Amino acid sequence: MTGDIIRLFPEIVLGVSGILVILFAPFVPPRRQSLLGWFALFGVVAAGAADALTARDPGLAFGGSVSADSFSVYFIALFLLVAGVTILGSIHYLERENLPAGEFYALILLATLGMALMAAGLDLVLVFLGLELSSLSTYILAGYRRHDKRSNEASLKYFLLGSFATAFFLYGIAFVYGLSGTTNLMTLARRVGAAGGPNRTFAAVALLLIFVGLGFKVSAAPFQIWTPDVYQGAPAPVVAFLSVGPKAAAFAVLLRVFFGPLSEGSHMAFWLLWLSAILTMCLGNLAAIWQSNVKRLLAYSAIAQAGYILVGFAAGSADGRSAVSFYLVTYALMNTGAFLLVAQLAGGGEGRTEIDDYKGLARECPGKAAVLSVLLLSLSGIPTTAGFLGKFYLFRAAVDSHLIALTIIAVLNSVVSVYYYFRLIVVMYMEEGPAAVSTARLPGSLWAALAVSVAGIFYLGIFPSAFLEFARLTSNLLPH
Amino acid sequence: MKDILLLMLFPPLAGAFLNGVFGRRYPKALVSAIACGASGLAALFALIGAWNYTRFWSPAALPLRIGTWIRAGAFRADFALYYDRLTLVMTCIVTVVAFLIHLYSRGYMEHEEGYYRFFSYMNLFLFMMLVLVTAGNYPLMFVGWEGVGLCSYLLIGFYFPKKSASDAGKKAFIVTRIGDAGFTVGVALMFWTFGTVSFHSLFPKVALMPAGWDSNALTAICLLLFLGAVGKSAQLPLYVWLPDAMEGPTPVSALIHAATMVTAGVYMVARSNVLYAHAPIALETVAIVGCITAFFAATIAICQNDLKRLLAYSTISQLGYMFLGCGAGLFATGIFHLMTHAFFKSLLFLAAGSVMHAMSGELDMRKMGGLRHKMPVTYWTFFAATLAICGIPGFSGFFSKDEILAAAYNGPLGGPWLYWLGTITAGLTAFYMFRALFMTFHGPSRVPEDLAHHVHESGSKMTGPLIVLAILSVIGGYVSIPSALGGSERFDGYLAPVFFSSEHFLRTTAAHAPSGGWSGLTLMGFSLAFALGGVFAAYWLYLKSPELPARIAERFAAPYRLLVNKYYVDQFYNWLIVRPIRVCSESFLWKRVDAGAIDGGMVEGSGAVTVALGGILRRIYSGNLRSYATWVLLGAVMWIGYILVMR
Repeated sequence: MTGDIIRLFPEIVLGVSGILVILFAPFVPPRRQSLLGWFALFGVVAAGAADALTARDPGLAFGGSVSADSFSVYFIALFLLVAGVTILGSIHYLERENLPAGEFYALILLATLGMALMAAGLDLVLVFLGLELSSLSTYILAGYRRHDKRSNEASLKYFLLGSFATAFFLYGIAFVYGLSGTTNLMTLARRVGAAGGPNRTFAAVALLLIFVGLGFKVSAAPFQIWTPDVYQGAPAPVVAFLSVGPKAAAFAVLLRVFFGPLSEGSHMAFWLLWLSAILTMCLGNLAAIWQSNVKRLLAYSAIAQAGYILVGFAAGSADGRSAVSFYLVTYALMNTGAFLLVAQLAGGGEGRTEIDDYKGLARECPGKAAVLSVLLLSLSGIPTTAGFLGKFYLFRAAVDSHLIALTIIAVLNSVVSVYYYFRLIVVMYMEEGPAAVSTARLPGSLWAALAVSVAGIFYLGIFPSAFLEFARLTSNLLPH
Repeated sequence: MKDILLLMLFPPLAGAFLNGVFGRRYPKALVSAIACGASGLAALFALIGAWNYTRFWSPAALPLRIGTWIRAGAFRADFALYYDRLTLVMTCIVTVVAFLIHLYSRGYMEHEEGYYRFFSYMNLFLFMMLVLVTAGNYPLMFVGWEGVGLCSYLLIGFYFPKKSASDAGKKAFIVTRIGDAGFTVGVALMFWTFGTVSFHSLFPKVALMPAGWDSNALTAICLLLFLGAVGKSAQLPLYVWLPDAMEGPTPVSALIHAATMVTAGVYMVARSNVLYAHAPIALETVAIVGCITAFFAATIAICQNDLKRLLAYSTISQLGYMFLGCGAGLFATGIFHLMTHAFFKSLLFLAAGSVMHAMSGELDMRKMGGLRHKMPVTYWTFFAATLAICGIPGFSGFFSKDEILAAAYNGPLGGPWLYWLGTITAGLTAFYMFRALFMTFHGPSRVPEDLAHHVHESGSKMTGPLIVLAILSVIGGYVSIPSALGGSERFDGYLAPVFFSSEHFLRTTAAHAPSGGWSGLTLMGFSLAFALGGVFAAYWLYLKSPELPARIAERFAAPYRLLVNKYYVDQFYNWLIVRPIRVCSESFLWKRVDAGAIDGGMVEGSGAVTVALGGILRRIYSGNLRSYATWVLLGAVMWIGYILVMR
């Protein structure tokens, strides 16, 4: 029993600190709301320590429904990174926008708990619970600016479409159960291996239903359609979180399901993945060219980024899978940072999010312009940044799996993406101001969050080796 | 001990960062305090580290692995440093000279725009140079190698609004790039041949090769690496960038283009001594190129009237000496001369800077003369450095240059003609240096009227480092008194653990036995005679009968023109390489290929198609919830349908 608890320790810490934040919130005076943020951050750090602890004693827990292994440790660390950076970057935002802090941090922590369960869960029902927990939290977070019509609209759209997609996921689980009489991935793996295993076609159908549900979360085409509206309407720090965290969690589950016990069916689904990767990249990039709003532009960019990840996913090899894990971290660093900085620059009420508002920013605030440029350069995949190496590993895995056409399309897509990422840089550096965006000094907490992002981007971009080793461990999908 | 040497790297990096990022807002005093403090700390750490190592550690090399840098397949390059006595000597030279030049720059750059930028680059340079000399493998060394190249480019072009300065920066960058290409290919070939690029696994591997072991690959590696050194250390035929590099501020010329960066090539050859010992053809090439460059550059220096350019050619010539020493098979002599040269040549440059300061930027020696009364400190320090470079007994250059000439004569790969060409060069050196001294400081004043009243001695911020360097230039040689004079050559002895096995290997395997014959004292006598002859000729022509040089120039018009125009090498390169590339790039690559095909056809065309496509695609994002749900449903249905159809 103690062993079970230790293996679920990060989740427990997250849950307890989320509840504590809610309990404390009424007793914290309105002016000291930032204390709750620091407490939540402390919870995240503690969960990180717990995560490190579970890494020392890997194994199954709670009757095989949860597994603490290098896969779950890696992904939980990633979620904690995202949660931590988001919390750091939101402390000032919540004060500025005069939003209640307690629920915000609690929801972030609970969403993180849900994602952690998705990565650690071996039983699909538990995974579903995790998915629901993280989804419900993010639905609320998307509508957190209650008095803003766009925020409400985003929340509602996300909720309705999200529930719709989740139904497909549940349907997929039902198919798995119907095929094999179990929802546990380990048991499933044993039964698939045995003679007279489940029907290949139905395995593929189950997989695809699961893919519809989770593909919605990762914004894979043709299920990406909600993304721009929600990202544009939701509060920017929330987007920083939900454009990365749930996406990574969904990819974690997809990796486990597709290349684990049901890999037989995933061969049949290969061309669909291939097509989805191409569609996702093209639909994201081509639409991004037209955007005049920074949040919307970054939303389309987020779709395109999911497309690149799907390229590695389609490659399917161990290299491809570790490239996916690696890229998710680089993507977390750059996307979270970008949205947090945009939230700050947008000023009170998030009023300034047009590209033209950034004119001449470099002259007035060289520091902010430089940080944003680094993030954009990394998103477009310029060498010495993590974005370059991440893409490089993804595309190399695709080439190694002989997906030449897919790789060519992916590279062409990154070329297109350079156009819109650089347009923002050009506006900041080469056009005459005065900048309409907020030029107020960066608060210290946001500074710290951005410093983590930028430092991470350069660290992974220049010294990837050590971290890549870690990512490679995640290609062991199921515990032995 | 390891940590203090590692620690040495950080102050310059931190200084470069602080001044580079925040320096614009700092007052000048703070900027210079940060920069000088950083270089001073580095010097302190280097000296303590060297003392500590020498005293308490065995002389064996000390590799220090910090972490993994690149790992790709079998290729592996770590963040690894490598300490042995050669590294320690180099770090001490680099940091001490850099510290003094930083101090000097406080005064010299006082009234310049971009004060913080200058010091930030200088500190960054120091950091990169330290990376270069402490690196434990060739790729990391190359990081420093390129880093100092970058700083050199930035500092040559420091006055970038001036076209000649920015052009000179570009020229330096591009010309050295040719050598760097060779270096990179050499390292790649090294990995391909030996499977490693790190010093502590490569050197023993090569050292164990038997004497008769014939390796064309190793010769090719060494020649390619030497091509890198030729570019960086401005040897024939890639020396053309160094004279132009004098467009940079004078402290930069002193630090980068005299004392440290340009000697990186020499250091690299000495560091790779094991490789070169097993590739005698490559090593002989080093000696020959060095010797010819020394002579060639000295002849050009004779006819230069621009003080800094004269010193630049002199630097090229002296670097040639260092390569001669290494190439003759006695690496320690090259490093010894590198050290003394760092002292006296940076002193010459700094003194020239002091003159330039007094003369409001004028560098033409024909407009100087008689400055010794107005600038006594500058004069005496310049005089000391001149005596040192000419090899007058008692001054540092005497010891190091004589060691090199002796090596050229009876080193394992030495030969009589190397010795004689080197000795003639010594005479030429004495001539042009005393010519510069006489034209600048002696004789009647030729200073234009409007400048004359302005001429003054520089402040103590500048003269202080001059005096310290002058002392070093005088006494720097006594660390290695030649055995011919009853000394024990302690410097060579100190470096013996690094070089001994290579030098011994060369001695036992050299194709031709060392040419016996004259003793050390006789050799010394010859070179001294040549040097004194040079001094006397300069005295005769420029002090005693100053009308003579013009008559000689008239008499021997053709050779004179050849020398004044520096053998037309620049024009030749321009005609052979630059012009054809430009013509081809402009009329064909730019106007036809780039503007026509790529820009017009591919970029504009594909751009237009992409944008149009995007315009259509974005219409699906209508914002309507029902249509969104329909899309999701349609997608799901199509996907399941596909599976059911395709099963």
